[in-house]
Amino acid sequence: MILWPMLGFIRGKPHADPRARMRKLKYEKELDLAFGEHVAAKAYGQKLLSCIQCGTCGSTCPLSDYMDYTPRKIIAMTREGFKEDVLNSLTIWLCASCYACTVQCPRQIHITDVMYTLKREAIAAGVYPRRYPIPVFSRQFFDLVRRQGRNSEGRLLLKFYLKTNPFRLLSQAWLGLRLMWTGRFSLKQDRVHDMQKLKRLLAAAAPSKEVPS
Amino acid sequence: MPDHNGSIRIGFYICHCGHNIAATVDVEAVARYVSGLPNVVVSREYKYMCSDPGQELIAQDIHDLNLNRVVVASCSPLLHETTFRTAVERGGLNPFYFQMVNVRENVSWVHEDRRAATLKAMDLARAAVHRVTFHKALERKFVHIHPDVLVVGGGIAGIHAALTLANSGKKVYLVEREPTIGGHMAQFDKTFPTLDCAACILTPKMSAVKAHPNIKLWTYSEVSSVEGYVGSYTVKVRRKPRYVDEELCVGCLACIDECVYKEPKYADSFNLGLSKRKPVYLPFPQATPKIVVIDPETCIQFKSGKCKQTCVEACDREAIDLKQAETVEEIKVGTIVLATGYKTFNARRTPQYGYGRFPNVFTSLEVERLINASGPTGGHLVTREGREPRTVGIIHCVGSRDRNTNRWCSRTCCMYSLKLAHLLKEHTGAEVYNFYIDIRAAGKTYEEFYDRLLEENVHFIRGRVAEVTDVAAIPEEEGHLIIRAEDTMIGVVRRIPVDMVVLAVGMEPQADAGDVRRLFNISCSTEGFFLERHPKLAPVETFTDGIFIAGACQGPKDIPDSVAQAGAAAAQAQMLIDKGEVELEPNTAFIDEEHCSGCKSCIPLCPFHALSFNEATGKAQLNAALCKGCGTCVAACPSGSIQQNLFEDSMIFGEIDGLMNMVYETGKEVADVA
Amino acid sequence: MKRYLLYPGCSLHSTGKAYGESIGAVFSHLGLELSELKDWNCCGATSYASIDEMEAFSLAARNLALAEQQKDGERPDLVAPCNACYLVLTKTQQYMTQYDNVRKTVDRALTEAGLMYRRSVRVRHPLDVLVNDVGLEALQQHVKEPLNGLRVACYYGCQVVRPFGLIDDKFHPTLMDRIVEKLGAEPVDWSLKTFCCGGSLTGTIPDAGLPLNRSILTEAVRRGAGVIVTCCPLCQFNLECLQNKLRARYGLSVEIPVLYFTQLMGLAFGLDDRALGMQRLFVPVPRRWRVLKGGDTVHA
Repeated sequence: MILWPMLGFIRGKPHADPRARMRKLKYEKELDLAFGEHVAAKAYGQKLLSCIQCGTCGSTCPLSDYMDYTPRKIIAMTREGFKEDVLNSLTIWLCASCYACTVQCPRQIHITDVMYTLKREAIAAGVYPRRYPIPVFSRQFFDLVRRQGRNSEGRLLLKFYLKTNPFRLLSQAWLGLRLMWTGRFSLKQDRVHDMQKLKRLLAAAAPSKEVPS
Repeated sequence: MPDHNGSIRIGFYICHCGHNIAATVDVEAVARYVSGLPNVVVSREYKYMCSDPGQELIAQDIHDLNLNRVVVASCSPLLHETTFRTAVERGGLNPFYFQMVNVRENVSWVHEDRRAATLKAMDLARAAVHRVTFHKALERKFVHIHPDVLVVGGGIAGIHAALTLANSGKKVYLVEREPTIGGHMAQFDKTFPTLDCAACILTPKMSAVKAHPNIKLWTYSEVSSVEGYVGSYTVKVRRKPRYVDEELCVGCLACIDECVYKEPKYADSFNLGLSKRKPVYLPFPQATPKIVVIDPETCIQFKSGKCKQTCVEACDREAIDLKQAETVEEIKVGTIVLATGYKTFNARRTPQYGYGRFPNVFTSLEVERLINASGPTGGHLVTREGREPRTVGIIHCVGSRDRNTNRWCSRTCCMYSLKLAHLLKEHTGAEVYNFYIDIRAAGKTYEEFYDRLLEENVHFIRGRVAEVTDVAAIPEEEGHLIIRAEDTMIGVVRRIPVDMVVLAVGMEPQADAGDVRRLFNISCSTEGFFLERHPKLAPVETFTDGIFIAGACQGPKDIPDSVAQAGAAAAQAQMLIDKGEVELEPNTAFIDEEHCSGCKSCIPLCPFHALSFNEATGKAQLNAALCKGCGTCVAACPSGSIQQNLFEDSMIFGEIDGLMNMVYETGKEVADVA
Repeated sequence: MKRYLLYPGCSLHSTGKAYGESIGAVFSHLGLELSELKDWNCCGATSYASIDEMEAFSLAARNLALAEQQKDGERPDLVAPCNACYLVLTKTQQYMTQYDNVRKTVDRALTEAGLMYRRSVRVRHPLDVLVNDVGLEALQQHVKEPLNGLRVACYYGCQVVRPFGLIDDKFHPTLMDRIVEKLGAEPVDWSLKTFCCGGSLTGTIPDAGLPLNRSILTEAVRRGAGVIVTCCPLCQFNLECLQNKLRARYGLSVEIPVLYFTQLMGLAFGLDDRALGMQRLFVPVPRRWRVLKGGDTVHA
């Protein structure tokens, strides 16, 4: 997990003008009116809908500077069914899960969970921004943990480099060497002994098996 | 100098009023200056003259220094004249040996230049010091308060005021111009934020009014004249003919069934024209009193004189009286509560929203009737085509917060829009869009109601609607009304096709509020609502003693606030009645009979009918109890034989002389004024 | 003697090795027994939840169930030193209590794996254990080489206190400051204690992540800190190992050592450098610290 920062070679260039993506006029037929309630249900407690658009989330967020829409706007758009714009936004990928917004929200909306939900929706819909490696990385991580039960940082990274841009690997070599030098980097395969049962556990929790509340 | 017994000994006091005065006026310099004026025995400045120690200062000085005149330079006499007069009286002096100088509203609050303001304060102080020497001892006058009360308007505010007074044992006349009491509240379906049904909580109070032994209920009646003054008003009430004997009618409604019109034909005003009625009608089933009315505008007998008069035959109590004439009742009351209510904004004044052009644009009040179980559609909310709407847009602030129509916030529309949104969704399952500028949900549990509506997934689009149009831009919009507004939270203009548009119309003064104001001799604010005596500390009193205001005639307000105000107005009236008498300002006119020539020119000029001509003496005579001290007769009298207490020529000229510095030669020490 | 189970998570086995080593050294010095949870699995972290949330909760819950199993009746204290692991484990507990769908799904998944979770685990952060179980006074008694005059910026990171705030204030925690005070050092008062370090964004979207990291470093130095101590392996990595990169790309002009708070404790307790993993630091601790044994003011 810690080695994510080594992925710096895939530099997310901020959008030329992200706002340009949303047109100035919106017809109702372009919207998905069920989207707000759907996300609210996924992100615990329906509270998303009670947003009063106060903007505390955006102003407390250390990353809103880099977002195309502030979290407040993401919630407004989610509530109003702007599904396509929301799932294509950079905002949801920029959330670092620091929970500052969540604890400040006057309506107690689980904003961080909303962002997780939107990430999942985006990955499921396959509409995430290609230049951001997070979804690809998450998928690698997911597969690795599913197979081994544990994350093996060195292996994860190597696989990931090879899958994306092997040539830029060299630029990170110095950091990698220093980590190895200080004994903080290893390619050793780390795994859970009882993988059979772990696999059964994960299979039982798979989306199709979720028990409704 | 005028003639006085003994010497004049003046005490002068200037108040800092915290920083209100002292920040702009050098009060020490003024006190120093006044101390040098003739007859001034003591001149002081103090932080708060109106405080107990401030008042005590005056009383003590009168006692210790043997003062016989007092001048206080502070705020407006409206605020504290009574306070200081009382302090003077406590010191053992006649309270009218007192003059007040307003150095706050007239000086410190309106000037910025400290030096000039200080000089002006000195001038005003000098004028008062000179004037007060001419003051005389006057007697306090009292008038008796008639214990009966008139309540005008039978909406929820009038009903509540009438019941409160009647329950305390006062006799109340409740005058309502419509055929029934109930007002706007009777038209509402449910009330926010509790969603209890308006009729369920209103009709018991309506019945209580009807049944109360202390309440005389006159519906279909209007006040035509008001004379007199606090404690003793003479009021004439015009009782319009309803062509039905109120004593005989029991509300069986047989006359309506038997009317020659087999089907209702005329617009039913209670349902805002959404249904029809016959010329003989009962406004609504719970109308109070439950007595029918015949409308001469639509009744054939009145229009052509050639009706079979089946209604008359139908009534086995012979209650129908087509020859009934208007009557006028004259009553005596001591106090009056005005609760004449409001009217809703005429949505045709915002043509961009299509009211009157598009059949499915409704006002909020119309929707109240449409979702009401006893409304024109039996509570089945449908469009004009009879279909349930699948999408509804509610446009807030129609005729509110708009300099093109009304500048004020109507205070109730946010909440009733939320209520309607809830009811619309509950009745039809429609997608409901609220278009708002701000949500103002400031009452108790109102915010919680807003929160509930948010969680019910009602759409809230922050943006003022630009237009409602029937021109489709894309095929999906065909056959709908399209609402165009900027969603300012998201930053896009949205076009939302809906089946029904609800205009949340604001609250305005009644169309005849100006006439009513003149009738009762009270004031209106610029927007036309009745003006309270003080916006914070005298919210139900008016500038006319004994006349109180309650409910939306004073400004937009919801039911709880109207009821609260009605209770307050009732308490104010009750206070006067229980006190039994009220002190009058002694600034009345008086006639120097010796010099009166009996020309009678003053008599028709008096707006209060206080002057009359005494045939025996050949002179004018004045009823001081009626005189309000307006001064019209004083100015008009050719021989100068009418004078006015506290405004005698000697006092006014004395004040002018003092102001012009024609009396004293004292130089003003202003060198140290910053 | 109180016994604790350690949930190391992936970091304490690689980049955060020094954290695990110093915790081990400090705990044993204080006489606390700490044994690693057997056959633990990944907590799921943020990445797993971005793909599948229920699977992520189930993964975390398996560790809780294992802790119960291995404690055999005794109520387990599961120490999770990594902020992210700590958050994921506590969040799983909280959500299993609050939300029916989480509880039902996770319980069934555990049953499938032949496990059961009886809700008896206490998830503990080392800060919590050291302050609340051992106590500040007891800690002070172990100090052999007080760090007098050393100014320390305590950086907590976000996930140890948010969103639940179970052990300290959600924005301005003080647990670590209070420990540092007892070590003889002076905690600096600053506002970025829980400001996001950029997390994984320092690598994935460095344009957004690195500036956050830089703000923290420059602010700590501006406040006069000679060292930053932290309680999270990701924060430590970001703040320490990327200083070179920040200098090259963002003109960072300062260099400051970033230690785990347990390393600082170990130094004050007079423990061996290697036992504390001091040799693994990128930015070494200045020699002057060692020369001065209390007394004189040290400005690193």
